[in-house]
Amino acid sequence: MNAQGMIHLMVNGQSYSLPEKPGEMLSDLLRYRLYLTGTKVACGEAECGACTVILNGEPVLSCTFPAAKSNGATVLTIEGLADVHHTSAADGSQIRLHPLQEAFIEHGAVQCGFCIPGQIMTSYALLERNPNPDDEQIKYALKDTLCRCAGYPSILNAIHAAAGTLRTGRPVAPPDIPSSSRAQNSVGTLRPRLDAVAKVTGKAIYTDDIHFEDMLHARVKRAGVPSAILKRLDVSQARRLPGVAAVLTAADIPGEHNHGLVIPDWPSLVGVGERVRTVGDALAIVAAETREIASHALHLMEVEFDLLPVIDDPVKAASPDANSIHPKGNLLKHIKVRKGDTEQGFAQAEIILEHVYHTPMHDHAFMEPECSIARLTPEGRMEIYVGSQIPYSDRNQVARALGVAEERVHIIGQLIGGGFGGKEDIAGQIHAALLANATGRPVKLLYDRQESLLTHPKRHATQIRVKVGAKKDGRLIAVETELYGDTGAYASLGEKVMTRATTHSSGPYEVPHVKADCYAMYTNNPPAGAFRGFGVMQSAFAVESLIDTLAEKLNIDPVELRRMNALKVGSLTNTGQTLRESVGLMECIDRVDQEMRRLGGNNPFKPRLVEGEPHRVRAWGFAVGYKNTGLGGGAPDKAGAEVELRRDGTFQVRSSSAELGQGLPTVLQLIAAEELNQSPQRVDVLLMDTDLTPDGGPTTASRQTFVTGNAVRHAARALRQLLTSEVAEKYDIPPQEVRFIEGLVQVNGHKVSLAELAEEVISNGRQPLASYTYWAPATRPLGQGGDMHFAFSFAAQAAEVEVNTLTGEVQVMRMIIANDVGTAINPLGLRGQIEGGAIMGIGHALTENFIVEQGKVITDRLARYRMPSITFTPEIVPIVVEHPVAEGPFGAKGVGEIVLIPTIPAITNAVYNAVGVRIDRIPIDQEKILLTLKEKTHAV
Amino acid sequence: MSTWQTYIIPTSIDEAIQALINAPGRACPIGGGSDLLLEIQQGHHPSVHTLVDVTRIPEMLRLEVSGGSLVIGAAVPVKIITESPLVQYHAKAVSEACGLIGGPQVRNTATLGGNVAHALPAADGMISLFAFDALVEIASPAGRRMQPIASLFKGPGQSSLDPQKEILVGFQLPLRQPGQSSAFSRVMRPQGVALPILNMAVWLERDGDVIQDIRIVYGPSGPVPSRAAKVEEIFRGNPPDEAVLRYAKHTIHESIRFRTSAMRATSAYRHHLSEVLLDEVIGKAWQRTFELEVA
Repeated sequence: MNAQGMIHLMVNGQSYSLPEKPGEMLSDLLRYRLYLTGTKVACGEAECGACTVILNGEPVLSCTFPAAKSNGATVLTIEGLADVHHTSAADGSQIRLHPLQEAFIEHGAVQCGFCIPGQIMTSYALLERNPNPDDEQIKYALKDTLCRCAGYPSILNAIHAAAGTLRTGRPVAPPDIPSSSRAQNSVGTLRPRLDAVAKVTGKAIYTDDIHFEDMLHARVKRAGVPSAILKRLDVSQARRLPGVAAVLTAADIPGEHNHGLVIPDWPSLVGVGERVRTVGDALAIVAAETREIASHALHLMEVEFDLLPVIDDPVKAASPDANSIHPKGNLLKHIKVRKGDTEQGFAQAEIILEHVYHTPMHDHAFMEPECSIARLTPEGRMEIYVGSQIPYSDRNQVARALGVAEERVHIIGQLIGGGFGGKEDIAGQIHAALLANATGRPVKLLYDRQESLLTHPKRHATQIRVKVGAKKDGRLIAVETELYGDTGAYASLGEKVMTRATTHSSGPYEVPHVKADCYAMYTNNPPAGAFRGFGVMQSAFAVESLIDTLAEKLNIDPVELRRMNALKVGSLTNTGQTLRESVGLMECIDRVDQEMRRLGGNNPFKPRLVEGEPHRVRAWGFAVGYKNTGLGGGAPDKAGAEVELRRDGTFQVRSSSAELGQGLPTVLQLIAAEELNQSPQRVDVLLMDTDLTPDGGPTTASRQTFVTGNAVRHAARALRQLLTSEVAEKYDIPPQEVRFIEGLVQVNGHKVSLAELAEEVISNGRQPLASYTYWAPATRPLGQGGDMHFAFSFAAQAAEVEVNTLTGEVQVMRMIIANDVGTAINPLGLRGQIEGGAIMGIGHALTENFIVEQGKVITDRLARYRMPSITFTPEIVPIVVEHPVAEGPFGAKGVGEIVLIPTIPAITNAVYNAVGVRIDRIPIDQEKILLTLKEKTHAV
Repeated sequence: MSTWQTYIIPTSIDEAIQALINAPGRACPIGGGSDLLLEIQQGHHPSVHTLVDVTRIPEMLRLEVSGGSLVIGAAVPVKIITESPLVQYHAKAVSEACGLIGGPQVRNTATLGGNVAHALPAADGMISLFAFDALVEIASPAGRRMQPIASLFKGPGQSSLDPQKEILVGFQLPLRQPGQSSAFSRVMRPQGVALPILNMAVWLERDGDVIQDIRIVYGPSGPVPSRAAKVEEIFRGNPPDEAVLRYAKHTIHESIRFRTSAMRATSAYRHHLSEVLLDEVIGKAWQRTFELEVA
């Protein structure tokens, strides 16, 4: 029997003897006692594989593996992998990497990086057993190692490449990704991420990896009921629990009680006598010596409610006799789009179709659960360590809650393990700050997966009615839409999301008569806010489904119908904006169409039986989409950036803009390198720090490449001018004779190293630094016509599905994806966005459904909220279309959201083409397909 | 508020039973813990003071032919069972089912004993054992006993084992004889809870052109797992041809009540799938009776 009390184990070749702790999992031991924080915990429920380590040669999930059970075991974690086997570093650096680590970097398989240690360790175990696995074997081994950035195709490629290197000793084979057609020296070329080495070696630090001496651990008491008045809250027992340092309630908030990105309607803590509007509402917060004590304290709090009726649906919320959730009623906003006269339009139409579609809430399910650490500095400033999409907004909201000036708060942004829009609102920042303020000690507030699912804003569930009128030849005459959006208990970005849903609801088509009405409604469901696609995903599903139905009724090829009506240069959008440039929709359509017919024959929409398995039916489906870049609608859209030449002759780019895994640092690095005529490795990037970096604005609306990219471009130019004039003055020559080459400035025969130049500028009492605030072109509010947005991205996608007519199961086999991105500044990062967007779309079409019943969250575990695993990965043919925007940096526009928008209707249209079942509600219900097919057979 | 207070890793059954009995609070044996630990953490299982880890007891790690049976220790990780040539030969359905439990990492720690002791009405591994009429060996302070697997279940999530003093040691399955074979399959739903909509295991014995004997089990087909006895009757003495299969499907409708479970499947869909699985699994098992694999 185990000598009670001690765990002896070998980790990465080193022996440890540690006392046993009740309830401790191996991941806790590794992370919090050995500080091997490369092993990540994303779900804590044995679902996602992020915590995979190798134990006695086999991959196991350390988050549910009792630490005591590892007594006598040999454990290998990501930190020890390079010691097992490593390649000689090609660039002569001292960094040792396992071929898997190198291949993951080279192939762009690393995005947010949070799942990567798990991916690499699982792959390592596979290659130990099978040195030359095929795709199917890799998918089997990695089935439960989830990646929400969903770089699955790149992960597959990276594993093949690493396996090749391990078998042959040859260098890791490079990825097969072309440079931009508009490539320059740096911009448009393939460049591994700046943080890739840290992410593949486990050295990357996310918020929960930070440890302070004397740090307390916080937890939040949640309401657990969706609609009530808080009648009584007794925290006295919790306060008395040994180890508890503070328990705070609404009465203890020194500043403003509410927070919110646009409308401050979200109470940080609900006070006695106040309204509970959703199950995740916070009632009290506790900080204790350990997380276990803090959790125990929650159970000691006594709570009583007066329950109120629950409004669980936006249509019900709009009913005149519905209970008011907020003092101003349940309508957050009625959004209207008007163009032409739809009455007249429908009168002219020769065919009119109408249908209602539904989309559910979706969860971002970013791999890294929310975590905030607050710490009072000796000078009395509040530091917040957090992975946030809008650091300056965090600063503002925390300062208001504390009742202090903004300058007293310092947001120190950490690596973000995925965001997708879900880390724009306040999560634990205010709570951690309140507790740090009250106790004077550092406080960490880490959400577990359940809390994450319960609290952060979701994708809006919608009901969308679409009515189209067309001529017999297919010309669209009128489109009328009516949308209901469920914004849940709080506004968050609800108005803006549903505005985007509304303005895009007639599709990327030129339609003479458009009328759209949207009702963004409060309900008692969890709040809804920003999520990649920002409302446009929902309306694209609706309109693109009905367009396919129209094509069928008119007996017109669905691609041809779209071509006929597609927006092009010169088109007038439904909000009255004339598109003057950069409308690559037609090229996207043409190129996807061409590829689809090459792969799927002349009639790709006709069902085909799989040979030898006639119950499996395949067909292609097609859809298009568009998405604005930037905030638009009259909102001032600006970003600040600065570029500095440092004493060592390298440059640093700084902006508070957020990196969530999407690859912004590489974009900014390449832009600065191009402007300064340096190679990218001379440029590093610092983001997300409200003391050290200028405000880049929110990382949302696919805006950062355009807005912060431009800010960096201008700042780099300004720095170059400053340096040029310095040199020109010194050598007394015209500035145009100063040339920047790698690491040097050349003046006639002289060469001055950049390091010397930096010294010289500094010794002259100046800073080798330039700042720039870039203002994007002005836009106009909805309803006023003119430019509502300064750029749009366009896309076409085709999906081939296979439907099993015995079971109704649907599988996506192949996808062809074309996106007009202006210019592909960072083709490696772009590939990750394209693949990840498509696979997230597959998830929304097939697996994801955030279920709330009577305001209570049913999908409160990752085991219940299913996101696609690697087994859902189809063959993807990516096509990059580049119609530059004059004002964009090197012609670029946004890409983060457009990649996802046509995916769902492409899939559901393909299902219809395969088996004749029209999907008007996602996710696709295999049971509905099957039972509909059965009814049809009986009818025949 | 810890998931457990004491974690004990005994190396013999007797030690394990002593540890259970002597625990100062509620005790429970634990295998891989992939379900148990989460159920405790999520409040679906009463909190536990002492966990008694049975995965280092040699007797429970046996995987061998012994005394005319295939013996599978309750603590053998399901991945080992999946890949074992012995299991693949004698109990292909068990190997197939174990290969579908959890994901690859979970299968390195999850055990067949845990899958059965959890007593869910559709656990893949447990359902596959039903097709073999497996015997379960149980150790208690009073000694050892063998009981048929069907007698182990009292209700959904409830087994007749007393976790405070009893341990599920292992399973005994009949050895495969000429003409015999087995198969397992299931249909999942990609959304929602991670349980199959319906799974099915079949064991059968062929004599010439007819099925001499057969055991069929569907999960879930009731609060506790049970064999589809009436459907089995249809096949005995008959070839699995279209007419017999059609009659068998009719009998499924007559004799089994599949229930509707919210967010998983309606009764009608389950009935339909029971027919699809019948064709697939019986077809697969029948085909295998012609294959002469070497143990």
